[in-house]
Amino acid sequence: MDLLRLLSFGPDGWGDELLQGTWLTIRLALATVPFGLALGFLVALAKRSPNRYLRAFGNAYTTVFRGLPELLTIFIVYFGGQIALQRIVGLFSGATVEVNGFIAGMVALGVVFSAYASEVFLGAFNNITRGQYEAAYALGLRPATTLRLVIIPQLVRLALPGLANLWLILLKDTSLVSVIALDDLLRKTGLAVRVTKEPFLFFGVACLIYLALSMISSIGIVAIERWANRGLRRAS
Amino acid sequence: MRIVKRVAIAALALMAVSGAVQAKEWKNIRVAVEGAFPPFNSVSADGQLEGFDVDIAKAICANLKAECTFTVQDWDGLIPALQAGKFDTIISSMSITDERKKVIDFSRPYYQSPSSFVAPKSAGIKDTSPEGLKGKTIGAQSSTVQATELEEKYKGSDIKLYPTQDEVNLDLVAGRIDLLFVDKLPGLEWLKTADGANYEFVGTDLPTDGVGAAVRKEDSDLRDQISAAILAIKADGTYDKINAKYFPFSIWKE
Amino acid sequence: MNWDALATYGPRMLQGLVVTLQLVVISITLGALLSIPVALARMSRSRILRAVSFGYMYFFRGTPLLAQVFLVYYGAGQFRTQLEAIGLWWLFRDAFFCCVLTFTLNTGAYQAEILRGAIRAVPAGQREAAMSLGLRPRQIFRKIVMPQAILIALRPLGNEVILMVKGSSVAAIVTVFDLMGVTRLAYSRTFDFQVYLWAAVLYLVVVEIIRRVWDKLEHRLTRHMRSA
Repeated sequence: MDLLRLLSFGPDGWGDELLQGTWLTIRLALATVPFGLALGFLVALAKRSPNRYLRAFGNAYTTVFRGLPELLTIFIVYFGGQIALQRIVGLFSGATVEVNGFIAGMVALGVVFSAYASEVFLGAFNNITRGQYEAAYALGLRPATTLRLVIIPQLVRLALPGLANLWLILLKDTSLVSVIALDDLLRKTGLAVRVTKEPFLFFGVACLIYLALSMISSIGIVAIERWANRGLRRAS
Repeated sequence: MRIVKRVAIAALALMAVSGAVQAKEWKNIRVAVEGAFPPFNSVSADGQLEGFDVDIAKAICANLKAECTFTVQDWDGLIPALQAGKFDTIISSMSITDERKKVIDFSRPYYQSPSSFVAPKSAGIKDTSPEGLKGKTIGAQSSTVQATELEEKYKGSDIKLYPTQDEVNLDLVAGRIDLLFVDKLPGLEWLKTADGANYEFVGTDLPTDGVGAAVRKEDSDLRDQISAAILAIKADGTYDKINAKYFPFSIWKE
Repeated sequence: MNWDALATYGPRMLQGLVVTLQLVVISITLGALLSIPVALARMSRSRILRAVSFGYMYFFRGTPLLAQVFLVYYGAGQFRTQLEAIGLWWLFRDAFFCCVLTFTLNTGAYQAEILRGAIRAVPAGQREAAMSLGLRPRQIFRKIVMPQAILIALRPLGNEVILMVKGSSVAAIVTVFDLMGVTRLAYSRTFDFQVYLWAAVLYLVVVEIIRRVWDKLEHRLTRHMRSA
């Protein structure tokens, strides 16, 4: 079969290229999560802050990055971020900075992820009742300890479904970095299409690979949720 | 706002100064190509860069005794990335235009090729003036001289712009566009492929100002060195050898 | 401000915005029409209907919109002769149509999921009460379940509209001159980064307007549910 040969691994098949692209897509999504989570958590804290300006900043941040098309955010971070960084570094030295596409893609996706994640965290915070804080205070726990031992473990459990959903969205959004010359799955697929002139086959296969990735993720998410809920006794 | 502006100006001034300080010899030149424009630059099946632009870039670097490192960058992002300092020069069949000269600088041209229209043989299109192509759908690669020409002069036609030339070709074969407007030499190469067999050049070619190596405005030293190197490789016969490898006629621009 | 660029590309960007809005309005409306039978099929007793609707929804919700657009646009180009034979090529020839088709299928899948969740969220007692009043299943669905389900679905549907506004920007990659397409063109001619910021402002304004209008709509439609 001709079509199968096109998908084979080897010099005239595109299987290995697609696999490389898939690997980059996975790496990019995985690298974005810790960055996006940390940023999202900080933004959520800002939105809960007693400081008026911090709150305003947090709200503006969420409004902007949830309102902009992801594609536009990626362009702005990729081109604008690079020009801005170059100017800032230029203030101090003549050195040229090089931001590689992977980092730029990670930052752009992470910014979008964090805007949504901050809302998830905020919702989770609001679901933790005052009583929890009061009980911790009554036990003599200091605020930092309260956060670490009492609040965060509950926060993780409450935020998990929302974050899992964001992960699935992130996985799909990685395809947008193909337009800034990062060799992800979709871009490698585009390359294969240009050479082989088989768009339907290759874009179809790419879709199936994305589908497989989200299927695997769903299985992982179920396992993680079960683990996070282990301390929760069901009231019968 | 005023402070931001001042800081930006100061930063720019400083950059210009530091650029001037750096102005000595270029031991390492970072070259960018698009990698999707055969026969000028493309990525082979085993991942190697090849083509006329690539060979010329290597010859220029050899002449300057500089180390060349190649980067592949999407066409639309080439100039922004050059400005952002991701590499030092673009040697990727970039035509010299006034619009581009506002933001970047060019070396002397290293080849010249007109812009041509390609249409199906069966279409019988003869007149490719803006009046003649009124109502037709014309495709071109975005951010190219051809795209600008179509945008400026072919107001009565439906213009479609694509990220790469391959996609323009694909849509001509699919019949989504009636004609495409392309640099003549890559067009010639495409007409030789199986896909291009039923297509031909139509109408009249439009001259261009030639293709040069693009550099940042502050790197005028690099620009001059590359220009000198282009003349040098022409004089010692290297250029003609590379030319002959790809085309049976000279594409040199005096 | 780069006034030259604004004078040249400002009006064209507004035209692009109109194209964006056309894409969104047509796709969301067609997607809404599509979502009702799909959601019903998903909850039907027939295994085949359930499997088909599940497959459709899983595919369009699990793959990137950009990949779907490529699949439809360049995939259709490959089947030109077949499409010509059935007289549909003139539609698939047009990039705008290909985008509307893809967006409709995409948002139809998401809207079906929203609708399914909303229908299931209508308390069973409502159905039981209607049944004991002697209403027929069809009537129960149209007069009792659907009106309540749509109210429940309002908020997620509003989010879906906003997601579509943002997602529609991928049309620019397949030659449609929507707001993003014009912005890319303007940037490639002026090399002035400002144009992306103008586009950002326009998108934000549109999203904010939709959000406000939607809030008003929701407020009005749920007024009977608030205590005085």
